[in-house]
This record gives sequence, structure tokens and C-alpha cells, in this order.
Amino acid sequence: MSDVMSKQGKIMQICSHIILAAMSVMAVVPFWLLIAASFSDTNYAVAEGYQFFPEVLSLDAYEYILRQWAQIGRAYLVTIVVTVAGTAASLIIVSMLAYGLAQEKLPGGKVIFALILITMLFNGGIVPQYMIYNNFFHLKNTIFGLIIPNLLLNGFTVVLVRNYFRSSIPGELSEAMRIDGAGTFYIYRHLILPLSKPILATIGLMEAVSYWNDWNNGLYYITDSNLYSMQQLLNEINNNVNFLANNSSMLGGVDPGALPTATMRLAIAVIAILPVLAVYPFFQKYFAKGITMGAVKG
Amino acid sequence: MKRKEKYKKIRWKWMVPFYIMMIPGLVYFLINNYMPMAGIVMAFKKIDYSKGIFGSDWNGLANFEFLFASGQFGTMVRNTILYNGVFIIFNTVLGITVAILLNEIRAKIANRIYQTVILLPYLMSWVVVSYLAFAFLSNETGFINNGILEKLGLTQINFYQEPKYWPWILLFVNEWKNIGFSMIIYLAAIVGISKDYYEAASVDGATRWQQITRITLPCLKPTIITMFILSVSKMFYSDFGLFFQVPKNSGILYPTTMTIDTYVYNALMKQNNPGMSAAAGFLQAIVGFVLVIGANALIRKISREDAIF
Repeated sequence: MSDVMSKQGKIMQICSHIILAAMSVMAVVPFWLLIAASFSDTNYAVAEGYQFFPEVLSLDAYEYILRQWAQIGRAYLVTIVVTVAGTAASLIIVSMLAYGLAQEKLPGGKVIFALILITMLFNGGIVPQYMIYNNFFHLKNTIFGLIIPNLLLNGFTVVLVRNYFRSSIPGELSEAMRIDGAGTFYIYRHLILPLSKPILATIGLMEAVSYWNDWNNGLYYITDSNLYSMQQLLNEINNNVNFLANNSSMLGGVDPGALPTATMRLAIAVIAILPVLAVYPFFQKYFAKGITMGAVKG
Repeated sequence: MKRKEKYKKIRWKWMVPFYIMMIPGLVYFLINNYMPMAGIVMAFKKIDYSKGIFGSDWNGLANFEFLFASGQFGTMVRNTILYNGVFIIFNTVLGITVAILLNEIRAKIANRIYQTVILLPYLMSWVVVSYLAFAFLSNETGFINNGILEKLGLTQINFYQEPKYWPWILLFVNEWKNIGFSMIIYLAAIVGISKDYYEAASVDGATRWQQITRITLPCLKPTIITMFILSVSKMFYSDFGLFFQVPKNSGILYPTTMTIDTYVYNALMKQNNPGMSAAAGFLQAIVGFVLVIGANALIRKISREDAIF
């Protein structure tokens, strides 16, 4: 009996390895193609297409990026500013809101929590939202247009942090501090925040990645190319391969005919994903944890 | 009497700082979520940017009449619903399968590598995914045309001009990007199942396969139901990035790629037709609302304790 069991167990193990290995390869292969193609020679790429193992290599595409750094570097800077400012603001606002919601005795807390849950299920759609941000708040072509709409706060992260405060920070600690004369904000600053580093790291990484990857807000609220983020720049190049050339020739730049267009766009994509790949190991660790923490029903 | 007053004072002193700290977040939800909800009345107005949302004149159902008359309404509703239906099935089945397989892997390092790599595409923006897809699908330089079809002597396929391939491409791309997320959700649920069940089962001589079908799957039921309600409630919404970026918003592909969300975007930003866009958004919100209530009521009937509200 036990012999049969272990045999079946072994077959399961082998099958699992084969399937998962195949899926892992599938997950990575497109990136390989992107990177290999970005290093291939332009004429070769035009003649032979993008290949996994290009026979003629060249750094043209990356040299081009360096030459165009005024535009691309600016987009990089905008993305970094938006990501850092947005993530920091988000963490402060979320933790303060969740701190209140975590108080079981706070009058109105339940109603407010329900109102926040409702935002996860229903929304008014993009048209009214666009008009509100555009016409009431005039976010168009300001950096706030990239930071504020939709990304700053969402119901899911509020629920996650509130559940964490309730389940992982003992109420006795804040009671003890209160008896010693500490105020609400002092407790928040010196007890709650330090103890909630794991959850703040998790949602901080999630927020940072969604800011870094966002192109939606740019699409709706930014038309000024000085405020383009990396993703929006990629999007513009997607729509119009000569975007960079047109833009720089207006400024008295390069000849559009000499562009390594076939490989340059891929090289810009590579540059845009590098930072995500760099933070990915941290992200992966905290992300799985965060989902598990959020699974605590409350 | 005096004591009660003092107690009240302390209570206020305790409450007020919390409310103050909650203000920024609540104001945000008010502006970002609740004001647009009130703004869905725009669907019944002749939108005039200079007069604003509430100042614009009413024009009854005219926006809806234009929307239905445009001939695109049927296409976008059909596409949205069909894609969502297929995605729900694939995400659930593949997500659970991969999570179970991953749970079978005992070697820690291998387990971690698989998990990390399979989740990687989830981290990419749709713009980047559209570049990755383009590297394969492009007519002039794409790998499928130049690396496979040409070498085999087959005729090349102009993917960005042929709507019939897109249901398969979009399904593949969607699963490629999202399977890692679905896997993590179910894996978290599997890890939470008590080890005692499995030990008791193997003492009784249950095989691995029996343990999966009799313990793991039944224990996943609440997670599956929750994910199902969330997906069904979004049945009328589509992943804008997938349908907008990956087909490069190519008009010739609309028969198989246009969803309500891409229509709303194009009507609002490209055709400058906010009325029709708002009408489509209104229908989306109303149907979404009905679906959430309906799906929850259904679950309530089947197993009460799994309902969300």
C-alpha cells in the first residue's frame, strides 16, 4: 500500500516539476526576445526580424537613448518623482485612515468602513471622474494629474492595513502608552507605525509598482510632453514611432531618417522595466505575505 | 451628573484626533469615488464643458439612443461578456492547478524559483506587455512571422489587420500576465489548510490525488466563491490595458477587441463625444451594481456563510 502511495507521489512530483518549469520558461521567454532584439543590429532586425539569438549585435539603440537623454531622462525623472511622492503620500493617508478604522469603539467607524467597501464594488465610471478632475480641480497637465486620480488610495489597501492593525498590534500597548499620558498622534507615530513595517512595506511596494507602471492617468490628464512618464513615453512611441524624432527635431535635434526605430523602441522598453526587475525580489516576498495577511476576514 | 460630563469630555478628547487623522483619506474617497458616482447623471445630460456636470441641460435618453443607434453597442457588450466569461474560467482553473502543483513541490529552492518567475509578468505594465506582444506579432519584424512562418515557408500573417486571431491572442496574453496573481491567491488559501487533515487522510491510506480532490479542493471553496463574486461583479468591465494596448487600439480589429471600456475611452477622448461615453459608463455601472447584488444573493442561497454581505 505505502509503495503504491509513494509511487503516485513521485509521479505527481515529476509532473509538477515539468509543468511548472514549462510555465516558468513561457513567463520569461518574451523578455528574452525583447532584450535580445534590443541588442541586435537595426538592419539585421529589419531584414531577419527579431530573433532570440541575433547574429549581428549592436549598441545603436542604446547609444540613441543616450543621445536622446534630454527627453527620456526627463520622463525617467517624472516617473521617479511621481512614484516616490505618490507612494509616500499614499502610505501616510492610508495608515492614518486605517488607524481610526481599527478602533472598535470609534462611533461611525462601521459606517465609514462600509462606505469604503462600497467603493471597491461600485464606481461612477471614467467620464464623470474625468470631468471632476479636469474641470473642478484642473489637474490637467500638472504633476498631480499623474499622482492623484485612482492611484493614491483604494479600498483594498485600507482594508488590508486596518485588518493588520486589528490583528497584529496588541491593544494593551496603546492603552499602556495612553495611561502614561501619550496622545493619539504620538501613539500613531511612535507605536503603530514602527510595529506595522511589514504591512507598510507590502502596500508601499504595491503602490510603487502601480505608480511606476501607470499610463492611464497620463493618457487622460497629460498632453504636455514635459510631464510624460516613462510608460506614457512608451505609449506615445507605440502610437507614433517618430514621436521622439519629431519632438527633438522641433527643438532642432536629429534627423528622423537615421533612427534605429526597429530596435530603439525595444531598448526604451528594456530601460523602463529595469527598475521593476530590480525591486522584484523584495516585492515578491512581501506580496505573497500581504495577500495572506489580507485574507484575514474582518 | 458631573461625572457623566467629565466622561463625555474625555470621550470627545479621545475621538476627535482619530477623526482628524481620517479626514485626508475620507476626502479622497469622496472626490475620487463618490463624486463620480453622483456624476453618472451625466448620462442624461447634454454635456457642456463650460457649464459643468450639474449645470449642463437635461436631454432625456438622447445619449442612449445615439449609443444604441451607433451599431457598436452589441459588439462591445458581446465582447466584454464573452471575454470575461472565458477569463473567469481560465483564471480559476489554471490558478488552482498551478497552486496545487506548486504545493506539491517539496524542494524549497525550486518552489521559490517557480513562484517568483511565474508571478513576474504580473508586474509588467500593459504598455510593456504590448511591446512584448509586438516583438512576436509584428508584421515586418515579429518573431512569429520572421522566425517561424517564413522559415517554414508558410504565408505570413498580418496580425494587426486580422480580427479573427485576436480572441486567442488576448486570452493567451491575459493568462500569461495574470496567472501568477491567481496562483498566489489560491496558494495562500492552500497553505492555510490545516496539516492535520492531510495527516489523518494519509494514515487512512488516501493517495495524493485523493487528498487533492477530497481535501484541498473542498477547502478552497470559500476562496473560489469570493473570487467568483468579485469577477462576476466586474462582468461588464474589462481590463482597459489589455484591450487597448495589446491590439494597439487598431480600428480594424474592433469587431473582436472592442469592449465597453475601450469604447468609453475612444468616445470621450478621440471622438469627443462625452454623452455617448457617459451613457455607456452608466449602463456599465448599473449592470455592475445589479450583478454584484445578484451574485451575492445567489451565493447566499447556496451557502450562507460564504456571502460577502
